[in-house]
Amino acid sequence: MQLEGKIPPGQLAEKWTQYKSTMPLVSPDNKRRLEIIVVGTGLAGASAAASLGELGYNVKVFTFHDSPRRAHSIAAQGGINAAKNYRNDGDSVFRLFYDTIKGGDYRSREANVHRLAEVSANIIDQCVAQGVPFAREYGGYLDNRSFGGVQVQRTFYARGQTGQQLLIGAYQAMSRQVSLGNVTLYNRHEMLDVVLIDGKARGIIARNLVTGEIERHSAHCVILATGGYGNVFYLSTNAMNCNVTAAWRAVKRGAFMANPCFTQIHPTCIPQYGEYQSKLTLMSESLRNDGRVWVPKKLEDAKAIREGRKTANDIPEEDRDYYLERRYPAFGNLVPRDVASRAAKVECDAGKGIVPTGLGVYLDFASAIQRYGKSKAHSMGLENPDAAIITKLGEEVVEEKYGNLFEMYEKITGENPYKTPMKIYPAVHYTMGGLWVDYNLETNVPGLFALGECNFSDHGANRLGASALMQGLADGYFVIPYTVGTFLSKEIRTPRFSTDSPEFEEAEKAVTERLTRLLENNGSQSVESFHRRLGKIMWDYCGMSRNAEGLKKAMGLIRELREEYHKEVFVPGSMNEYNPELEKAHRVADFMELGELMCLDALNRNESCGGHFREEYQTEEGEALRDDKNYAYVAAWEWTDTSKDPQLHKEPLKFEAVELKTRSYK
Amino acid sequence: MKLTLKVWRQKNANDKGRFETYQVEANEHMSFLEMLDVLNEQLVSEKKEPVAFEHDCREGICGACSMVINGQPHGPQKTTTTCQLHMRHFKDGDTIHIEPFRAKGFPVIKDLVVDRSAFDRIIQAGGFISVSTGQPVDGNALLIPKDVAAKAFDAAACIGCGACVAACPNASAMLFVSAKVSHLALLPQGKVEAARRVQNMVRQMDEEGFGNCSNVTACEAECPKGISVENIARMNREYFSASFASEE
Repeated sequence: MQLEGKIPPGQLAEKWTQYKSTMPLVSPDNKRRLEIIVVGTGLAGASAAASLGELGYNVKVFTFHDSPRRAHSIAAQGGINAAKNYRNDGDSVFRLFYDTIKGGDYRSREANVHRLAEVSANIIDQCVAQGVPFAREYGGYLDNRSFGGVQVQRTFYARGQTGQQLLIGAYQAMSRQVSLGNVTLYNRHEMLDVVLIDGKARGIIARNLVTGEIERHSAHCVILATGGYGNVFYLSTNAMNCNVTAAWRAVKRGAFMANPCFTQIHPTCIPQYGEYQSKLTLMSESLRNDGRVWVPKKLEDAKAIREGRKTANDIPEEDRDYYLERRYPAFGNLVPRDVASRAAKVECDAGKGIVPTGLGVYLDFASAIQRYGKSKAHSMGLENPDAAIITKLGEEVVEEKYGNLFEMYEKITGENPYKTPMKIYPAVHYTMGGLWVDYNLETNVPGLFALGECNFSDHGANRLGASALMQGLADGYFVIPYTVGTFLSKEIRTPRFSTDSPEFEEAEKAVTERLTRLLENNGSQSVESFHRRLGKIMWDYCGMSRNAEGLKKAMGLIRELREEYHKEVFVPGSMNEYNPELEKAHRVADFMELGELMCLDALNRNESCGGHFREEYQTEEGEALRDDKNYAYVAAWEWTDTSKDPQLHKEPLKFEAVELKTRSYK
Repeated sequence: MKLTLKVWRQKNANDKGRFETYQVEANEHMSFLEMLDVLNEQLVSEKKEPVAFEHDCREGICGACSMVINGQPHGPQKTTTTCQLHMRHFKDGDTIHIEPFRAKGFPVIKDLVVDRSAFDRIIQAGGFISVSTGQPVDGNALLIPKDVAAKAFDAAACIGCGACVAACPNASAMLFVSAKVSHLALLPQGKVEAARRVQNMVRQMDEEGFGNCSNVTACEAECPKGISVENIARMNREYFSASFASEE
């Protein structure tokens, strides 16, 4: 099968404008007759539901949460990128496009990324109008900061809670459409299958999580905005309920999964501290604007710190190795995430780790506190201020910038990051891979769309900081309202679908059977215990670095674990009640299949790029070594059946506007 | 550390519910929810039903966790959600009472899980700015003083958890509603429909069965995000001026 990206003709910078002015339209009267299902209410889902409701479509939106506002977009901390060039520092649409392509290690589609850069500026305007309280300067103008992998300041932010504020904006816009009757909200409903009629997506099967009832919902098309699958690793910065089920069910119905092995390991998370731990907590990348990453130069110092005989403050300046500044002088502490994560691993593997497990490095704000303190003292006209005053003033500035992050760190670790450096280590954070989509954000299943983290399209093999919020909102506010019309304009004569058809019948039966099987399984081990074991396999063999031998081994281990799962798992309670264990059991079953596919994809890709680091393919300096001749393609996997390996389809990536180069941040 | 837990168990909305006692072995580095995970693993291994509780981000921002710990919503630590509360704030041998948020507006679904969709309906009644996608002017066309943006942010930091309602002897939702009214009314772009907004939101709040404010300020004391009762004063001002000026 030939994968058709449906990229419009013309110059890169003209494609989207051209598309918008020539695409077929749906008249207001016809929009009222058409129904759209949106699954997920994070940034992508809520913004899509709001915008499509505004256009006059009948939207049904589903979330498994009690409220749409709980979606995990809420936890994004640092900011959102936009090519506004408010700083006069050389930013432009092309620069944002270029940074994103390069940051993604040349494994994303040019046309999609350029469109993302084009609409980025509109997102900021939209959010301001909705009342998002972005940080402002004294003159009342919008403030910016920097994120990794770029040399301009284009990140807009609302303290360390940008995701929260943007999501509340989208949630409120959607709530307005609910009040107007254009959007119907189904909370506490989990999508468990997609229904295809004559090859097109026409509905979903959802479980009412309060009553346990299995429901059928039909529409003219289905939009999935169900996030990423980082929880396949068990420990990640994702929320506890993030899962792959909606996307995976689509895969089981014929949608292709693209580049599933591209996972982002975020360099600055609070290190793991115990076996009972349920999740990892991110410390925003924005901290690398001011924090300096280091480990002790001497192995004996690192050992002494690990054993509690020394602390960070005992290590003199000359015995500290600011390894990012040393290795990457051009970008320093603000190298992209994949580079920073790998560098931390290299130091810890060499025995320089500073936490008892050996897996941790310092993120130190002492220099920033001194710098800001001096500057503040100067602006206050203080002559020869003493050290204590400088430190105090500096801490105040740092608190203003990152106060909530420092507080969160202190709550979790019980340590004061103003006085001793933070301890951090990389953790699974985001998945660049996802459902394969064309330029319209439509999967290979007609009428089935995927937005936000759920699709694969914009971030290649590594996502830049503050770009996930940008993509989620771009897809929902500014792309899908247009591209869905290309599909629906051909459906204006299609009447609404009854849910009594055999297709709905079959899908509902399949869901009921899957759930019943889990409940009736006569096992004795908890879902949680299996999820932990799966996560460990994934982290050990398909994590920050991978090799062929390990990946093959992991695939065998996952297959065994999966078999054991379906024999040994115990799920309490019944179907017709609120039953979180049952929800989890179904999600973990899907993770067990996805995990194997991720390993297969990683094994197939005999190169290193972005977050995918294959040990066999590296430069002498230990940097990722791409193979553009053989692997400049999107790997889209088709599910066949559980006993066979999925089938690979390749979409070649063509680069017309940028030249493929070795990515260097030195 | 060894703990005795007295946990509220209630099969569904119609069940009367009761406290059950459990023993659990925890350590001080665990978060409160991780301690409950340990209890649930224990219950599952005994083939018993685990305690249902709501949780998601475990970073203190999604607002899902909702339980009353020893009489306080989100437990003893100030400005901290349950998921960010760590066991180092408890002692070996402690007995801990855990129950759901209790309010007429928040009916219990199961165990510690309550239905907070009333909050969504209050937002739907008017907690937004009426702007459609594609309409806005440039973000810098509207200058907003730094302190005004900061104040609006402070109100907008509400996570919609409902601890304010659970803390209030009247089960009033005034802190939640006023935080949204303030967030939007403080900003120039939200002023246009401020009068309409506050009236509609207050009307919905009353319909949902939440009580009135009698200035106890327990809501502020228990709010995990430190939302100030100043917002309630601002909402009252907005509401009265809207009522007097309104032509509706």
